[in-house]
Amino acid sequence: MDKFRMIFQFFQSNQESFMNGICGIMALASTQMYSAFDFNCPCLPYYNLAYGLGILLVPPFILFLLGFVLNNNISMLAEEWRRPQGRRGKDPAVLRYMFCSMAQRAMIAPAVWVSVTLLDGKCVTCAFCTSVPVDTLGNASHPRLSQGEIQRVLARIPCKEIYNGQQLIANEVAVRYLRCISQALGWCFVLLMTTLAFLVRSLRPCFSQAAFLKSRYWSHYIDIERKLFDETCTEHARSFAKVCIQQFFEGMSTDLVAAHCHLPRKAPAEAEEAAEKLLGITDQGTMNMALKSWHRCKPPLHLHPPALPTGNGWAGEGQPPTHPSAPRKETAAYYSWV
Amino acid sequence: MDRFRMIFQYFQSNSESVMNGICGLLALASVKMYTSFDFSCPCLPQYNMAYGLGIMFVPPVILFLCGLILNRQSLVMLEEWRRPPGHRKKDLAVIRYMCSSILQRAMVAPVVWIIVTLLDGKCLICAFSGSMDPEKFVGFANVSRVQVQQLLAKVPCKDDELMRNSTSRKAVSGYLRCWSQALGWSILLILIIAAFLARWLRPCFNQAALLQARHWSNYIDIEQKIFEEACCEHSRLFAHKCILHFFESMRQEIKLHSFSLPREGEGAEGGEDLLQGITDQDQVNKLLKTWYYEKPPLDVSQAHQR
Repeated sequence: MDKFRMIFQFFQSNQESFMNGICGIMALASTQMYSAFDFNCPCLPYYNLAYGLGILLVPPFILFLLGFVLNNNISMLAEEWRRPQGRRGKDPAVLRYMFCSMAQRAMIAPAVWVSVTLLDGKCVTCAFCTSVPVDTLGNASHPRLSQGEIQRVLARIPCKEIYNGQQLIANEVAVRYLRCISQALGWCFVLLMTTLAFLVRSLRPCFSQAAFLKSRYWSHYIDIERKLFDETCTEHARSFAKVCIQQFFEGMSTDLVAAHCHLPRKAPAEAEEAAEKLLGITDQGTMNMALKSWHRCKPPLHLHPPALPTGNGWAGEGQPPTHPSAPRKETAAYYSWV
Repeated sequence: MDRFRMIFQYFQSNSESVMNGICGLLALASVKMYTSFDFSCPCLPQYNMAYGLGIMFVPPVILFLCGLILNRQSLVMLEEWRRPPGHRKKDLAVIRYMCSSILQRAMVAPVVWIIVTLLDGKCLICAFSGSMDPEKFVGFANVSRVQVQQLLAKVPCKDDELMRNSTSRKAVSGYLRCWSQALGWSILLILIIAAFLARWLRPCFNQAALLQARHWSNYIDIEQKIFEEACCEHSRLFAHKCILHFFESMRQEIKLHSFSLPREGEGAEGGEDLLQGITDQDQVNKLLKTWYYEKPPLDVSQAHQR
């Protein structure tokens, strides 16, 4: 028991490292998605740009939203933001801390997608092949073509099989040029992101450490409080259901006793416990009636108090009366059909 | 007591090894990144040098920054450096020790990248093929100035139509690769000798001060971990009390407003405790609504006063 509590506390204090783990998994999933994706450049003048930039920018946006959706704490943030003030003031610093930490984690998978895409080079090659500087890279002696023709020829650069502009500009030269630009952009993007992350992490202790400790404590507190409240409510619901169902069965069994006028059972002591557990239902017909009644007419969500005004001394939940008494019969009939 | 000792031992034994593990993982990641990166030299006169040197030096900067970010101790060191003295003096030797150990660990992955790059040779061939002296190589000796620049720039691209079967290309490539690998091995040898000397000669200089600095830097690290753990435990207990207090106040309110009979006997109380006096749907709904609309104040001292 002690060991489990220790492990629970370790994971709770390492809640941050658990979230970091999910973050890392999403980043790996993003690289896997990219390598599994079958990139197919359309090789047509205006479609290339749309396709290339679409593949570069739309999946990161989706991954960013997914990062928020998969984060359990988003509902906690929304609840804390929208709740009425009541008797507890709201601290905007705590809300800002929660939002910032969620946004930072959600940014990682999109940044990985963009870096992998740029370092691979296919997207930029597809999107910008019509903007290759033909004058500097191409052959000096090429037949004069109209602008539209040149665009159509250049658009086929990513598709080696149908490329017909070898006299205009060599395919390998253009692809190498575009890939070089793409990889340079990719590395610069990664450097920029890493520098930002480093600055954000290292400037914080220099400026607002006390405020940070406060926000972090209270955001963890809100999370723990919510979990404990859910746990308490579950416990309560369990006890409520148990008492409700027991009272239902007791009501049923007392009804049956009243309807069939059974003689009071004089069961020996050892069989009493078993009889107790059967709650007075001992044959198929009675059981079927109990089940039908449970389905058609569930008991109200109102637990009547166990101490009755008749004062017959029965004050427990699980102790049926050893003999039915007349006042008990009336009260039972009243309660079971409300 | 036993539990705290176990936790303390766990943290102490793992602090240095966790950092070393992260360092090793980053070095492996750096090698993996290099092998999976598709190096393609542009083979154009002005772009080669920028590309080659860029690939050799930009990823190490990124890996260095990553090494600093992923190391938890860098935050601890920054906090210790920037905190107000208060009741505890600051020891600069400890901060210097922590700084140097963090920097040493962060330098491993960039150095691995640079050495792997040099030993492989593609970067240097790409960057410096345009700076070769064409007179030394037969195929490039009798070509015009502009053309020779173009040809030299195409040396790193084996599949280019002009360079496919050129022996001069292989000569230039081999020459540059030889220089690159020599440089790589020399740097590796120098670094290993430097590390060896540093570790061997360190006990000769100021060993006592070093032991003190290492002890106090470990202490600061452990103290912060235990503080965070204590805060977690405290917030859990705080939340527990707050919620019990809330249920209790709801029960009082229900007692005041409803006309339910006073409960008699201990048996009833035993069963009712779990239900906290909330026994029907409306009461539960009211409790949940009150929890949302009027969260209790963050003050559990009243629970003791009652």
